Amino acid sequence: MIDEELVQLLTPEGERVDHPDYTSSLSGDRILSMYRDMVIVRRLCNESTSLQRQGQLALWAPSEGQEGAQIGAGRALAPMDFTFPSYREHGIAWCRGVPPEQVLRMFRAVSNGGWDPQKYRHSVPTIVLGNQVLNAVGYAMGVQRDGADEAVLTFFGDGASSQGDVLEAFVWASSFNAPVVFFCQNNQFGISTPSSTQSKVPLFRRARGFGFPGVRVDGNDLLACYEVTKAALENARAGGGPTMIEAYTYRMGAHTTSDDPTRYRVEAEVEVWKHRDPIERIKALLVREYQIKPTAFESVREEADAIALKLRDDVLAMGRPDPLSMFDDAYSEPHPLIDEGRREMAQLLASEGGGE
Amino acid sequence: MATTTMTMAKALNEGLRRAMEKDPKVLLMGEDIGKLGGVFRITDGLQKDFGQDRVVDTPLAESAIVGTAVGLAIRGYRCVCEMQFDGFVFPAFDQIVSQVAKLHKRSDGVYNMALVIRLPFQGGIGAIEHHSESPEAYFAHTPGLRVVSCSTPNDAYWMIQQSIESNDPIIFCEPKSRYWEKGEVDLDNPPHGLYDAVVRREGSDVTLVGYGSSVKTMLRAADAAAKEGVSLEVIDVRGIAPVDFPTLVASLEKTGRLVVVQEAPRTASVGSEIVAELTERCFYSLRAPGVRVAGYHVPYPPARIEEEYRPSVDRVLDAVDQVMGFES
Repeated sequence: MIDEELVQLLTPEGERVDHPDYTSSLSGDRILSMYRDMVIVRRLCNESTSLQRQGQLALWAPSEGQEGAQIGAGRALAPMDFTFPSYREHGIAWCRGVPPEQVLRMFRAVSNGGWDPQKYRHSVPTIVLGNQVLNAVGYAMGVQRDGADEAVLTFFGDGASSQGDVLEAFVWASSFNAPVVFFCQNNQFGISTPSSTQSKVPLFRRARGFGFPGVRVDGNDLLACYEVTKAALENARAGGGPTMIEAYTYRMGAHTTSDDPTRYRVEAEVEVWKHRDPIERIKALLVREYQIKPTAFESVREEADAIALKLRDDVLAMGRPDPLSMFDDAYSEPHPLIDEGRREMAQLLASEGGGE
Repeated sequence: MATTTMTMAKALNEGLRRAMEKDPKVLLMGEDIGKLGGVFRITDGLQKDFGQDRVVDTPLAESAIVGTAVGLAIRGYRCVCEMQFDGFVFPAFDQIVSQVAKLHKRSDGVYNMALVIRLPFQGGIGAIEHHSESPEAYFAHTPGLRVVSCSTPNDAYWMIQQSIESNDPIIFCEPKSRYWEKGEVDLDNPPHGLYDAVVRREGSDVTLVGYGSSVKTMLRAADAAAKEGVSLEVIDVRGIAPVDFPTLVASLEKTGRLVVVQEAPRTASVGSEIVAELTERCFYSLRAPGVRVAGYHVPYPPARIEEEYRPSVDRVLDAVDQVMGFES
């Protein structure tokens, strides 16, 4: 991966490299802690894939391979910052403290959302590509009006980068100097569509045309993702306006469990990216530089297993929602069609012997 | 009781001003709404008085006007988004249907989508294409949204304030052909609830139902019919979604005959819904099938021939004749 424009602080082999603009500020303890985050998030992802294969989830969107980007960005946030995800930001949800089983409520098809977005300062999933990026800019305009010392971080992929909403969001953020950071995970594919179809120039270069900086970071380099995101968020909080970050990474798994990536990409490419794994390179650094012992890695693995087993238990315990709950929260205020629908269904359920 | 005479455009302006004075979280967003005061001058003078942070002249992209209003709503602001014309709302359609209508539900009630999308709608001003459309049915069809329309300056003044105070998202349809007509505005007391249908003229033979620009057309038809000895009851439906059916049912149980008037094309329209619902609810009171007087199933025509497209007094009276002459 020889790319002069790519910000990298740690090579795939786990060796530190210097960069003129960014220096890693993380202690060994923090790096180990973020290693733990990545291992847990990957373990939860793999457990979720298994749950889907066993018929316990309607769908799963794997994030494997993108843990460096997500944990790096997620741990760079300040507590009061607000995040607007798409639907693959499981690592961000983890960093924000969303309980893993709540992330799976949508995939279990018991909710269209899953968690309290104000409590975790992490908005609900957005499936329509790019919508959330405009919502994030609007939220940032509110932060600006409140004079709050907060920034907004929003996520989208190389596929969504073609959406009008994303490009309109760039215009708005620039015109109003909104305290927002655009975090584009370029995982190389929108389902089967290669990122080369989305853009003939590197995505991060688009930012310059909209009037704000764009940075391409090695998305599999946790240290670089952390520093680049932290700097962009600090700049936004200080009134410096938006930044676009292109985290150059790879979706190791399928788009979702409904997808078959062997139809559109070759195994050799996947093999190349396996050598750039974000977790392995941090592990190499921890061994070499901080003399972390195998027992420490083993205990992280055991902890991840335990959390995954709890996730499995929690998911299996999720029953079918009360059908009448579909009428809850469709509106904030009373609505005659909601009352009518609820009444009709309640009668129907009662006549069926109370439903299930 | 303080009443004053003003145009609907001025009444909207005053209503917006009062809402902004009452609640510092109210923001106006739109194209050309600041310095220019809006192409219809609905927001005239408001940026001067409330500043550029509260009356925001936006770049020209409707999806972003609504999409950023969503984010501001999450942050606790109440945006009033101006769509410059009805035919320009469609770039924002995705945000309206996918986010505005659904985020309250998706967040299990945590987010309130308290925002208003102002839509100058309907024709009759001699405009070029995309400036005279009636897209209300798209929004009335979408769960999570509410749709209202004003037909008088007094309603304009109060309904815009009531809409801004609502915690649900509201598509606010303004009959642009009536912007410059004057009427009395009561500055102290709102005349009705936001979704209340209002009997504008009492009658006994036929119930006419409509909204926005059609209300005046229906009242003129009622004047003409009265001279022929036919008594028409005119109802301004005001709440397009939800419709205040109890008020309509009460009228239809009295008259037994229904004519719905709208500028929008007839098929799968708000008028279709009103006829269908009233047929279910009032079947045994009906003396004739409900009739819709509506736009034709064509793209909105060039303005030189738009009056043949829009429901006229004559077309309403023809429909009245039809339901009066029906024999089962």
